[in-house]
Amino acid sequence: MTAAPEQQAEPEPDELLLGFARALRAAGLGVTADRERTFLVAAATVGLGERAHVYWAGRATMTSVPADFPVYDEVFERWFGGEAIPRGRRVEVVRPPVRQAPLDGGDGHGGEADADTLEARASAQEVLRHRDVATLSAADRVAAARLFASLAPRSPLRRARRHVRSTNGSVDGPATLREQLRRMGEPGRIHHRRRGVRPRRIVLLVDVSGSMSPYADSLLRLAHVFVRSVPHVEVFTMGTRLTHVTRALSERDPDRALAAAGRVVPDWSGGTRLGEAIGAFLDRWGRRGMARGAVVVVFSDGWEREGPEVLGEQMRRLAALSHRVVWANPHRGKVGYEPVQQGIVAALPHIDDFVAGHSLAAFEELIEVVSRA
Amino acid sequence: MDHVFSSADAVTTALGGTGYLADDALATVTFLATRLNRPILLEGEPGTGKTALAEALAQALDLRLIRLQCYEGIDATQALYDWDFPRQILHLRTVEALTRDGDIARDTPRDTQALESELFDERFLLARPVLEALRAAPCVLLIDEIDRADDEFEAFLLEVLSTWQVTIPELGTVSASTPPIVVLTSNRTRELHDALKRRCLYHWIDHPGLARELEIVRTRLPEVSAALAEQVVTLVQRLRASGELIKPPGVAETLDWARALETVGATRLDAEVAAATLGAALKYREDSERIRASLDKLLTA
Repeated sequence: MTAAPEQQAEPEPDELLLGFARALRAAGLGVTADRERTFLVAAATVGLGERAHVYWAGRATMTSVPADFPVYDEVFERWFGGEAIPRGRRVEVVRPPVRQAPLDGGDGHGGEADADTLEARASAQEVLRHRDVATLSAADRVAAARLFASLAPRSPLRRARRHVRSTNGSVDGPATLREQLRRMGEPGRIHHRRRGVRPRRIVLLVDVSGSMSPYADSLLRLAHVFVRSVPHVEVFTMGTRLTHVTRALSERDPDRALAAAGRVVPDWSGGTRLGEAIGAFLDRWGRRGMARGAVVVVFSDGWEREGPEVLGEQMRRLAALSHRVVWANPHRGKVGYEPVQQGIVAALPHIDDFVAGHSLAAFEELIEVVSRA
Repeated sequence: MDHVFSSADAVTTALGGTGYLADDALATVTFLATRLNRPILLEGEPGTGKTALAEALAQALDLRLIRLQCYEGIDATQALYDWDFPRQILHLRTVEALTRDGDIARDTPRDTQALESELFDERFLLARPVLEALRAAPCVLLIDEIDRADDEFEAFLLEVLSTWQVTIPELGTVSASTPPIVVLTSNRTRELHDALKRRCLYHWIDHPGLARELEIVRTRLPEVSAALAEQVVTLVQRLRASGELIKPPGVAETLDWARALETVGATRLDAEVAAATLGAALKYREDSERIRASLDKLLTA
């Protein structure tokens, strides 16, 4: 560690700059050694004469998302304002570094553990799979959390722009010609091709408001399984505001991932402004491309604090942009449920699949629906 | 070409000469990019002049601008190079026809080899933007909307952007004598990989403030009267600040709108002419309806 600059001895410029980079790292920015080096070269290039130049040189080389800017600004002010950051103090760490292997229930160890479980245990798991996750006891909850590792989501597929070789399908001109080229112009076998497939993007919008709080933990675990096992997954939580939690959920260990998400989401168990949250998603991410052609899954009970008109309108926009909209409602799986909440009534015309989302078995069904979309 | 700019201020002046007004931050980042031979990664709202920076840079430095528009599914053959198969076949057929017509058959092994190497020749190579840029350097390479391309493409770009060279198995390695100035733009529909970001100088472009935007309109469209320009810019700034639009207009839309007003011969912005030309600034039916209803209030506020 570099020593904090002392008042009496004027520090060397490179020491001062390197110290600044280290302070940024301590504050949670991803400042790697190569970024440090780039920053030093950049600072030397713009010169140290002007404070603003050093500021912009540092910002261009050591930040990578707009969310880094406030942290950068604070550290810059403290460092070059003469006030050093006391050791051990952290400003606000967005995502903690992981150096720990999963203790249990993490992916990778599932198969081993399953192999030597007793039959009785297996049938208990079977019961657990069909129980409403909101009514589980603490012990069952732990067991259920382990079962999440057995869920295996698959990506829905779309036709790709590129072609792949095939034994049937349209004639592949270039490949046939290439074959001919190999034979010095003699006609050879005719090659065929068809369109390849690529995974579609999946967007999960999880309602974490008060009425959904018994399910929030399980739904985020499900989201974590999605993020970890298939490509192109984005997760948002909706409450009084919309939070992008994909990064937090990309931790390997489910419990750590959930804890990281918990730190990022500011509005657990608050009210719901479902329509506005979906609108915010569409404005900031969806319309720019994230929702285009994607399979969007909304996890919510449809309780809407505001009027249902906003939700209806935003669901219409969502349906217009995305490939398929799936709504998972925990109450759907209960006996005697009727979709009568104003919110769900307004949203229903714009939903392609309306599924349950209250137990592990229901989650499996949901995974099936998504992969077939 | 050692250093194209001597300082950040020189960047501002040079870009200003082409009608692109860069603020201090963008000028510093651009200056660093040219000095350190690093790509610039620009993110920001659509219509804030990300693409225009590359165009202005090319114009200011009198360099060629080579543009690679990214899209979902783009791959190396569209970015780097491809062989022109139809022309190669045509060449083969021509050779065949010539040998048949001539009385001497030339099917000795040596000739076959010569013929093969003839096929994989420069003239059958279709250079795509990245290869083109490496060959034409110094030039400006614009990689537009990188967030639309897939992850694998990013990894591939990373390789080119760090070594400034491309290997073609049949021909050999093409490397740039001086690295091109590379501008990458992204609309943030997805997060880019950290590895790519680390290679680049990162900058976020915001919508400009009132004074700066007015300056931009005045420089880009000198034919628009000062009074009209001010009215348009004030109104656009108000629209952006209102926060209720699906797609707030960017600087590009402001310019379009001012140009539209000038074209219809308006000398000042009133509710009637604004409503008629609103399509230049707002691209959603919901937005237009909402703003049309409150135009009077917005104009007098």
